[in-house]
Amino acid sequence: MNLLSMHGISKSFRGLKAIAEVSFDVPQGGIVGLIGPNGAGKTTIFNMIAGVYAPDSGEIIFNQKRIQALRPDQVCAAGIGRTFQIVKPFAGLSVLDNVIVGALQREASVPGAKRLSLQILEKLGLAAKRDLPASSLTLPDRKRLEVARALATRPRLLLLDEVMAGLRPKECDLLVEVFRDINRYEGLTILLIEHVMRAVMALARRIVVLHHGEVIARGAPEQVVRDPAVLGCYLGEETEI
Amino acid sequence: MSRRAALLSLLVVSLLALPHFAGAYAISLATLILYFAYSGQAWNVMMGFAGQLSLGHSLYVGVGAYAAGALFFHYGIGPWAGLWVAILLCVLLGVVIGFLAFRFGISGVYFALLTIAFAEFTRIGFDHFDWIGGPGGMFLRVAQRDAWDLVNFRGPPLMYYYAMLALTAGAFALCFFLLKSRPGYYWQAIRENEEAAQALGINTFRWKMLAVAVSAAMTSVSGVFFAFYYNNLFPEQIFHISRSIEIILGPVIGGVGTLFGPILGAAVLTLLSDGITEAVAALGWEIPGIKQVFYGLVLLLVIMFLPHGIWPPLARRLGLHKR
Repeated sequence: MNLLSMHGISKSFRGLKAIAEVSFDVPQGGIVGLIGPNGAGKTTIFNMIAGVYAPDSGEIIFNQKRIQALRPDQVCAAGIGRTFQIVKPFAGLSVLDNVIVGALQREASVPGAKRLSLQILEKLGLAAKRDLPASSLTLPDRKRLEVARALATRPRLLLLDEVMAGLRPKECDLLVEVFRDINRYEGLTILLIEHVMRAVMALARRIVVLHHGEVIARGAPEQVVRDPAVLGCYLGEETEI
Repeated sequence: MSRRAALLSLLVVSLLALPHFAGAYAISLATLILYFAYSGQAWNVMMGFAGQLSLGHSLYVGVGAYAAGALFFHYGIGPWAGLWVAILLCVLLGVVIGFLAFRFGISGVYFALLTIAFAEFTRIGFDHFDWIGGPGGMFLRVAQRDAWDLVNFRGPPLMYYYAMLALTAGAFALCFFLLKSRPGYYWQAIRENEEAAQALGINTFRWKMLAVAVSAAMTSVSGVFFAFYYNNLFPEQIFHISRSIEIILGPVIGGVGTLFGPILGAAVLTLLSDGITEAVAALGWEIPGIKQVFYGLVLLLVIMFLPHGIWPPLARRLGLHKR
């Protein structure tokens, strides 16, 4: 069963076609990677799923409901959590308070939200920094905080926008492990935009390749990375995975 | 007991006991400090917590003052009933302003301009509103000053001092509670990054409206107090933008978004202003505007060297949480 389905989604900005007739599915419990060169429209697709802007045409079905007309907060309430490619921490709040804001989405009380937040910070290795202001975090930590906040809203689908960028290989592997665990044990479905192929190959069971706003390839990771069209526009002929 | 609770108890006890030691002048000065501490706390809910800059809070002071004042003046209805009318009117006004701004995406300085505009056209409107006396003002009867008439809120200065103390303490407690609960978390999230707040499921429109409503309601009460304390109201004065600025200065100097900032700021500014007046008088300088020059200079220095206000660095020094 598909948790998320995109049906013929198009979006133009001032006459410039950003996304053209894009369709793909994210199965319940699956991990799907969305890759493609810069400017391919990956973040635009995320923003449409998350309710930042509505598609010009097409349908977005989440959990058997149309969500393309919802506001971002309603999309979150429906069960989709997201991170931002350009991180947006609540800089003046502590790391813990950042996560509590997200946890209050499903938790009725602040103490309950705090308990959940501490668990999530523990999982992401940020527990020791919980009382620091978010503004004092390094970029890799800020990326982790984005993930923690999104997870705190207890989503059924998590949208990850380049959370591995700028991480060292070891940090990247740790985060991959975290997502694998959450996917396996909590059944969280994940859609990720990622340039770090190491992470994509380790996580995604299906990959959708976007170029100039269109899907040019899709399928299992091993198959997609050998696709001549993908090699030509994105990975390059010499790529070793 | 935490250090903060200890400091707070000490403050409350000394303020309660103050009238036993202080003379009439000191009491009136303390009342003024508490008045600004309270109004600053109310403004702080909107700007300090939710990040929505209002430069027109004189609107709520004025409408609150005139609503309760006019009911008393025309019908003899005391402030305990008038209070609710004042709160209701101000919340309505706040909701209208908030709706116009937040529904149509007006934010930042443009939102601030909108708040000024509302205060200004209300001022002009009241100047042509004969029922409340127009530009000639409205004067409440001052029957007697000796006995405490709590029903009509008439009495000696001491009564107003304790009333203002109770209001300030109540506002502090309310803000403390709000910050610790869902509204506080959501407001601060909106203040820090509205887009991220929305992505975490916060209906930013609704929560910003709540901030405006709470702030307007609190400010209207200071207006009611103003009417019954000063007993005379003029649109030109009460709605004037300098009144809005006065309200803002306390929290700005004390620390925007903090709980102690508005109180500390109000005390520092009022005592400073009074001190400069005394000093200038003692020195016998008769230069027009000299007081304002010194006052402005001090504000400038504080903002240059303590851009987050006096409270945050002071709290660190005292080993307290920065709020």
